[in-house]
Amino acid sequence: MASPCPKSPEQSEKNKQYDRQLRLWGDHGQAALENGHICLINATALGTEILKSIVLPGVGAVTIVDDNIVSDEDIGSNFFLESSSKNLNRGSESLRLILELNPAVQGYAVQEATDQILQENPDFFKNFSVVIASSLGEKTIQSLSHHLWEINVPLIFCRSVGFLGSFRIQIKEHPIIESHPDNEQYDLRLDVPFHTLFDYLNSFDIDELDLKDHGHIPWIVILYKAVQKWQISNSNSWPMSRKEKNEIKEIIQQFKRVDDNGMPIYEENFEEALRAVNTSLTPTFLPVKIQELIYNSSAINLTKESSPFWIMCSALRAFVEAEGKGKLPVRGVLPDMTASTDHYVTLQNIYRNQAALDAELVYRKVQEIVAQLHCDNITETEVKLFCRHAHDLHLIKGSCITSEYQFSNTVSSYIARYLEEPDVMMVHYILLRAAEMFRSEHCRAPGEWEPESDIAKLKTCVSKLLTDISCSPFPKDDHIHEMCRYGGAEIHSVSAFLGGCVAHEAIKIVTKQYKPVNNTFIYDGASTNTATFTF
Amino acid sequence: MAAAAVDAQMPEQQRRWHNIRKVLERSGPFCHPDFEPSSEILDFLMDSCKILVVGAGGLGCELLKDLALMGFKKIHIVDMDTIELSNLNRQFLFRKSDIGLSKAKCAVEFVNKRVPGCEAVAHHCAIQDLDEGFYRQFHIIVCGLDSIVARRWLNGMLMTLLQYNDDRSLDQSSVIPLVDGGTEGFKGNARVILPGMSACIECTLDLYPPQKTFPLCTIANTPRLPEHCIEYVKVIQWPKENPWGNATPLDGDDPQHVAWVFEKAQERATKHGITSVTYRLTQGVLKNIIPAVASTNAAIAATCATEVFKLASSCCTNMNNYMVLNMADGVYTYTFSAEKKPDCVACSNTTRILEVEADAVLMDIYEKLKEDQAYLMKNPGITTVINGRNKTLYMPSIKSIEERTRDNLKKKITELGLYNGAEILVADVTTPNTIAIKLKFSDNVDVEMSR
Ligand SMILES: [Zn+2]
Repeated sequence: MASPCPKSPEQSEKNKQYDRQLRLWGDHGQAALENGHICLINATALGTEILKSIVLPGVGAVTIVDDNIVSDEDIGSNFFLESSSKNLNRGSESLRLILELNPAVQGYAVQEATDQILQENPDFFKNFSVVIASSLGEKTIQSLSHHLWEINVPLIFCRSVGFLGSFRIQIKEHPIIESHPDNEQYDLRLDVPFHTLFDYLNSFDIDELDLKDHGHIPWIVILYKAVQKWQISNSNSWPMSRKEKNEIKEIIQQFKRVDDNGMPIYEENFEEALRAVNTSLTPTFLPVKIQELIYNSSAINLTKESSPFWIMCSALRAFVEAEGKGKLPVRGVLPDMTASTDHYVTLQNIYRNQAALDAELVYRKVQEIVAQLHCDNITETEVKLFCRHAHDLHLIKGSCITSEYQFSNTVSSYIARYLEEPDVMMVHYILLRAAEMFRSEHCRAPGEWEPESDIAKLKTCVSKLLTDISCSPFPKDDHIHEMCRYGGAEIHSVSAFLGGCVAHEAIKIVTKQYKPVNNTFIYDGASTNTATFTF
Repeated sequence: MAAAAVDAQMPEQQRRWHNIRKVLERSGPFCHPDFEPSSEILDFLMDSCKILVVGAGGLGCELLKDLALMGFKKIHIVDMDTIELSNLNRQFLFRKSDIGLSKAKCAVEFVNKRVPGCEAVAHHCAIQDLDEGFYRQFHIIVCGLDSIVARRWLNGMLMTLLQYNDDRSLDQSSVIPLVDGGTEGFKGNARVILPGMSACIECTLDLYPPQKTFPLCTIANTPRLPEHCIEYVKVIQWPKENPWGNATPLDGDDPQHVAWVFEKAQERATKHGITSVTYRLTQGVLKNIIPAVASTNAAIAATCATEVFKLASSCCTNMNNYMVLNMADGVYTYTFSAEKKPDCVACSNTTRILEVEADAVLMDIYEKLKEDQAYLMKNPGITTVINGRNKTLYMPSIKSIEERTRDNLKKKITELGLYNGAEILVADVTTPNTIAIKLKFSDNVDVEMSR
């Protein structure tokens, strides 16, 4: 028998290569990644581990800035250097070996010091999607973060010392439309059914159906009918309390058919309805988080420079205030439920059509704004995506890293609060900072030569930091001692863990999907502990 | 600078390992109580410590690199798979020109070349092809598999290697620690298992999410989702229409097959008004594809490598004992102590007891072994010893014996010679061992009353 040869599309080579990740961020996420250009400052083991997990999924381009010469220690901890790399430029060597991972990625190496670039050619940084830096001195990180904050380029600053590590994301403003929440809330509108939904729900008479159909009614209908029945004796209010919800459950029990012995017949859809009572009777409301967004001054005072996100927020506000009657556009997603194909598809289309109508209204408002402001067009696809995720929009407002070095009042009291608890992860943060201060004062890492003799010197650095934030000294020297034991060593597996995390966060920033860490992450590999702080 | 001068005199090899030597040759306030800093520890890691990496995929590639750069040289890696294009977005030791070659061999070749002195050895075979003698040679086993069945088998193998003293206490020198990692999309976990001492894979089977399945009646009669349409074509239409003739089985890796299913599923979806059947979804359902990305694999493998380093060097205490990682919303980890089950099938060294009704049929036992949370077996073969002779009661995995013993399933267990206190011997793909289980007849009176 000859092979049947369907005309169906075969996947492209690229789709096959990236298949496993396209299932996480979609073709549009991939396109955004392929337009991204990442700058890495210093090709340390941590730096190259980060680049590895950004180059493999296919970022557009990478640039490494590094004026260091490869040492034996570098080769010992960095997989993207080889024996023959010794005494050559570290950035160029690691770039060569990293680009082997994915021929689709463009790569550039710049053999200059960061300070020099900041002084002579600060515009150099302006076109990067994200700048990632490791092993920078106190002074350089301050001038770099200040500059990148000014020109609005995201920065991730990372450290890896012994079993400790950290990264800090500096980003002025980062809106996320597709935040991919683990548990997406349903948007069913049972309390305020739009008219097509209203007509559909009221077209059922549960008691009239034959047993087969009875087992095929979607639980949404069952729940709605139970509430209707309940409302007759409850002056049309909405069931909110646990007691009221239990009453709804009783009504659903009464809906069940019984067998010849008077025992209720098991029907999956009725069981689903009973389970849904606790989760799906929440009244439709405008989430506070979204209300804050659409009434944010950036969404109210639009200019020609306003980003598409704020324009869409503004249009969304207009919709909520007018046609939406205080509610967001219908999401248009129906969870799977026991039902006949016909019932399910009909109900699904009712929600989908309403979602399309609502999104259309928002799109028209977007077009009006765009016309008024004479700014770039926003596509209907973008607006649809925005409306589909309107319930889960998320905005990160960042802070500049320099505020940590100047110990602004907010930063000081924030740190002090954690140190008083005491939170050992905040202690690690202080030690990473103290080690950095030690390096700028003594031109080497604490304990680089010999651990014991540096303990007192590092303690002085810790005291300075603690005085600056008006905190009492640490009762014990154990963490100071441990930092001196590390002697500035970079442990490969610690860098590899952080490398995976930082690459991941950079991809989130470039694809504008999933929520990145806001804004500081601390890792202790010795105790397998992590923490997130927001400076 | 004096120190720089000393540095320059150090042999190149010593300078290369300068970073990890600091944590191995210096003592610290948080070290494991048994830790004695010395240069001999690095010698042990490099010259004696034998590590087995199970799996040369997303986690395995990372593990091999991590371990080689943490000083380990005697690393073995086992994987039966060959390289595919869809591996290349994360399995960074492979290139397009390697497609079709052995993962284990390619990975080893690459790392041995990149890290001078590394003596990794590849085994291109299934883990089940290697025997007790093979597994016994390792100090630590680290596992990065995507299959739960294979993990359970390996776990069972390490239990086989345990030796017990005359007083039934565990001989600790027979314990080979297992470090296990797993990822799915932006989530993962890493754990440390001391076989016979801490919670093992079987103790915590309930931590694995149940496999998503669709009831046959839904896919046949009331399809609602695009997945239902694809399942229908796979389960019902393919065997019925036999499109390639000769009862050719459906191969999710054959693009022609996938395209055929895709087209038929689309037809079925259109007929029922269902939308969104795509080629990608079809492939995902057919092959049960788990999304995977380089970054999550890197983080989980690194966590495992750090734990291997701690086990081998005692430089810090190990995690206790299970870490979950979620990178979907920020980066979040949580470490907890998974509990050892006192009556675990695999690690408890006690007699297993299965409670059955006296009038049960063999099918009841068979179903219990498959569905009971304590066993969750795939296709258990059941034998027993009657009057000193082995008797096969049911053996599903071998076709001829299955046919011969099938009728036993309907028979009462008492008719088959089993009695209260009788022992059955069970074999399954989830374990390399035959498991002895004692039957306990539940009280008939109780049974009557509960009905
Ligand atoms: Zn166990």
